[in-house]
Amino acid sequence: MSFLKKISSAGNKLRDKSKNITDTNLLLIITIVVFFLMYIGAMIFLGSGFLKAQTLFNILNANAALIIISCGMSLVMITGGIDISMGGVMALVSMSCAVYLDYHNGNVFTAILISLAIGLAFGLVQGFLIAYLDIQPFIVTLAGMFFARGMTTIVNSNPFNVQNQEFVALKETRVIMPGLGSINKAGNYVDAYIEIGVVVALIVVAVLFCVLKWAKLGREFYAVGGSNQSALMLGVNVKRTKFFSYLICGLLAGIGGFVYFMHVGSGSASHASGAEMNAIASSIIGGTMLTGGVGNIIGTLFGVLSLSTIQNIVASVGLDQAWWTGITIAAMLCLFLIIQSIVMSRKNNVSVKAVVKKAVRSKE
Amino acid sequence: MQSQNPLLQNTTNFFFKLFKRQIFIPIAALLLLALFNLIADPSFFKIALGYNSAGDPVLSGYLITILDYGSELAILAIGMTLVTAASGGQDISVGAAIAISGSVVLRVLCGTNSRPETLQAPIIVAFLVSCVVAMLFGAFNGALVSVFKIQPMVATLILFTAGRSIAAWINNNELPIVKDATFSYFGSFIPGIPVPTPFFIALACIIIIHLALRFTNLGLYSQSVGINDKSSSLNGLNPAQIKFLTFVILGLCVAVAGFIKVSRLSSINYSVIAKDIEMDAILAVALGGNALSGGKFNMSASILGAYVIQFLTTTLYKFDVQSDALSAYKAVVVIILVILSAPIVREKLSSLFKALKPRQPSKEGV
Repeated sequence: MSFLKKISSAGNKLRDKSKNITDTNLLLIITIVVFFLMYIGAMIFLGSGFLKAQTLFNILNANAALIIISCGMSLVMITGGIDISMGGVMALVSMSCAVYLDYHNGNVFTAILISLAIGLAFGLVQGFLIAYLDIQPFIVTLAGMFFARGMTTIVNSNPFNVQNQEFVALKETRVIMPGLGSINKAGNYVDAYIEIGVVVALIVVAVLFCVLKWAKLGREFYAVGGSNQSALMLGVNVKRTKFFSYLICGLLAGIGGFVYFMHVGSGSASHASGAEMNAIASSIIGGTMLTGGVGNIIGTLFGVLSLSTIQNIVASVGLDQAWWTGITIAAMLCLFLIIQSIVMSRKNNVSVKAVVKKAVRSKE
Repeated sequence: MQSQNPLLQNTTNFFFKLFKRQIFIPIAALLLLALFNLIADPSFFKIALGYNSAGDPVLSGYLITILDYGSELAILAIGMTLVTAASGGQDISVGAAIAISGSVVLRVLCGTNSRPETLQAPIIVAFLVSCVVAMLFGAFNGALVSVFKIQPMVATLILFTAGRSIAAWINNNELPIVKDATFSYFGSFIPGIPVPTPFFIALACIIIIHLALRFTNLGLYSQSVGINDKSSSLNGLNPAQIKFLTFVILGLCVAVAGFIKVSRLSSINYSVIAKDIEMDAILAVALGGNALSGGKFNMSASILGAYVIQFLTTTLYKFDVQSDALSAYKAVVVIILVILSAPIVREKLSSLFKALKPRQPSKEGV
């Protein structure tokens, strides 16, 4: 009898769990499934390139910076804000570091400090304006984006490659992944590798995941994003929490800027254009809600991966004209935004039918 | 002393009244800029009547440039003000949408050949087609905002990314050139009239919107939806419909602005056309003293704000600021404006003013 009871209770637990697959998990699961479907589909239909482990590593290498800033973006989106200045900050960081390293014969360590300082400065100012002066985040960070882009041109208007030896050595450093290499056309074995940026990105993901899951500050982010009022009543310092989210986001933009700089090795005012857009898209695809309170760093990681996989697929199908990238990202973002909107309306106990009906009626 | 006091009080009262009027902000900004230019270089205000290469009389000078190039911005500011008022957010896809509508105009005018000797369609047809397309994209944004309840800035981010790509795709990434004199009149001068045509187009738009605000409920409804959409729906309005409508109107404004833009060049550059114009349009609305979180608006102040922005741009150009670096200066202006208009700062400021003001009557009492 007790055995049967155990089974039934386990069944009940399972049912409870399946009920608990609500917004967060549902969106996360959709993302992960979409990513694997896409990647396996690419493996089957496009073959060769996607079968190599290096293709996946290349996606990581090219998007390490994007992963870092998307984490920052998810963080502010969880608290119910947004930061679109990150692409601009990345460009400013890479240009400043490039100018410092080449024109002033600087060393790499100070360059890293410079990039962190720039990121922190942006986070500090924007966080103060948004959290303590209660100004709309979009306006503040839009101004931040334009300011950063303008400053990049003021620092130096011509794009150039960095020749600094110390930096080039760091840039060329590669982490070899044993056993995953492939044989190239000449018949030689080539090791699979990742760049240092990827290691940094994965550390950032791990740390942020832990912070959001277990640290007090992390839980406060969710509380503030869910409802300002309730968080305030629970004794959370709402303003300070918001401020910290932008501060961390700015810091991550600085780190992301340096990682991006390590990947491209040059300074240019047009660097990382549209990066903020990709970061927002990745976060949304990864299941972070724009309304705040819902989100997951692992989802964001998969969001970045899906986004770049789809770009790779578009490129390898032969639609390599530049405009297709923009259109596919926008289409994907649109799709996931609508999914979110439907999930939200389901949460409020309104069926999808009602939403569509309402939409039709309002159009009439 | 006593004879001076009422005078002083009257002037301070007048100042306070003016200060409270919304239109004070753009006027003050305009005067500040004008004063700066007057001190730096009085020749800024010189207007000369010259002849262009075709031998027609044209006015030239920085002020004429401002009137000329400020027109697109003024037209956009009209739509942006309505969208801001009704939805409490801004449309950041206007630059990309201008690229699309401009691309459509050229596509219709040139047909399949990108370098036609004669126009393939009448200009009015091209304009109307671009209006329809721009309104459709406006409707797309509007639907995302009103039906799916996505924040306006995020919803328009989709078109912001895809827009220029779509514009390039419409013309197969070619750069068509229109060799028709009539087409270029809309972006420059009509022979015999020394005032630039875009100014007249902007004037027509301004008159139309003022008539619309006066004789329809557009202004009232969009403001009430922006202030509180729940209570306005209880009063029998349909907030979704009104938000949708404002986005479609913005689409129309975008089509007109895009038409002027392509007419200026008789060609198009997808990645550069109307670059950063969304920032300028938002700035115009903010400079007009309108709350960026929606609600009440003042159309005249927004339009004046647009011209002030163009004044600022022209001034910066005159001092040899690179066009890419312009955005940094404008961003500083935006930040200062939003800080001054933030409720918390306003409260502090007004309490400061109050602390200054009561002293005068109390002095009189003593």
